[in-house]
Amino acid sequence: MVTSPTPTTPLEAELLRLAGSVPDPELPVLTLEELGVLRAVHVRSADSVEVELTPTYTGCPAIEAMSLDIERVLHEHGIREVSVHTVLTPPWSTDDISPEGRRKLREFGIAPPRTGLAPGPVPLALGPTRTTVPDTGPQDRPQDPDPVRCPHCGSADTELLSRFSSTACKALRRCLTCREPFDHFKEL
Amino acid sequence: MTETTKARKTREPVPHIAAALALGDDALVLSHRLGEWAGHAPVLEEEVALANIALDLLGQARVLLSMAGDEDELAYLREERAFRNVQLVEQPNGDFAHTIARQLYFSTYQRLLYAHLAAGDGEFAGLAAKAVKEVAYHQDHAEQWTLRLGDGTEVSHERMRRACQALWRFTGEMFQPVEGLDVDGEGIRAVWLESVSAVLRQATLDVPEGPQSGAWSAGAGRQGLHTEPFGRMLAEMQHLHRSHPGASW
Repeated sequence: MVTSPTPTTPLEAELLRLAGSVPDPELPVLTLEELGVLRAVHVRSADSVEVELTPTYTGCPAIEAMSLDIERVLHEHGIREVSVHTVLTPPWSTDDISPEGRRKLREFGIAPPRTGLAPGPVPLALGPTRTTVPDTGPQDRPQDPDPVRCPHCGSADTELLSRFSSTACKALRRCLTCREPFDHFKEL
Repeated sequence: MTETTKARKTREPVPHIAAALALGDDALVLSHRLGEWAGHAPVLEEEVALANIALDLLGQARVLLSMAGDEDELAYLREERAFRNVQLVEQPNGDFAHTIARQLYFSTYQRLLYAHLAAGDGEFAGLAAKAVKEVAYHQDHAEQWTLRLGDGTEVSHERMRRACQALWRFTGEMFQPVEGLDVDGEGIRAVWLESVSAVLRQATLDVPEGPQSGAWSAGAGRQGLHTEPFGRMLAEMQHLHRSHPGASW
């Protein structure tokens, strides 16, 4: 975990918990706390609060819905003035997703990101991205020490269909054991 | 002298604003070009991939243009001559090979540039540290397609070859100095050339031999001189905002 917000007062802790309980607008199984995008809550006065939020991807359109949801929840809690700021530093990483968040993603049918994998230089391997040649079985495929597992059947035998899926943060893969396609939350 | 020109004259040019405009316009214009593929990409996965790359770039553009002023005003109300993007990113999509060649050339450069800025402590370090991770996926996408098309069928090879040749003369401009950016352009060019050459060779394509900038254009996008297709792109991009100022969904 790069960034765990540290509240300084019981009230800030309470507001942080409230803001953190807001569901992600795109992946409602996850809360903002589990996604790791909530950076801080600062109480400025009796009824004025500042919230720091970091986007997953720079262009993530969900950030606006997140801000509105946080404002609504805190308003309901009696805070009159809520301002949500976007912070970029330090950059969000998929390593910021909590273990509970990972478990929920898998349950939701999305392969969670592997930890400690920066998307650094990707080795170039010339080959089809789809299985276009008759496949002789897993014994002939190169062994990946940390494979992306199928969230449905748990098989490590999966292939990449597309580097970008329904959102920028996911890739589309297919399980070669149960044949189900699934989304993979890409490491960032 | 009118009030507005007086105001403009008294405003001191701040170096980091010039740089924010250059990098922001690169991201904005390429984002718009990639968005033009929506509804036209060869397969659904590509449709989604190009739109996602466009979205990443748009996010970067919003942060960068906001550092230079009002993002909407800058995007929608500037004339062609006020844009500071390199001419490479404004080149029309062409066929899919042209789009991939443009992606290969630009994402390789952008990743090197952002990695350099992220390592420093300037105004752009925060954004660059975040965006460099996104651009790594863009570069990977472009490289994989270059390999598939270059080392694919006779037709795909020929089209990829043509695209890499056609866009080569727009690549030199990326390495020119940008006001407000402390970047060693020649150093980036050397690494860029090595990286792009390795991909092209593996894709059985020749590394283009011509000059990296055309004499007629002198690669002057950063100075506000753009190629003919850019005006039409801007007209389409700015039309709604200019016709209906302040329109919202």
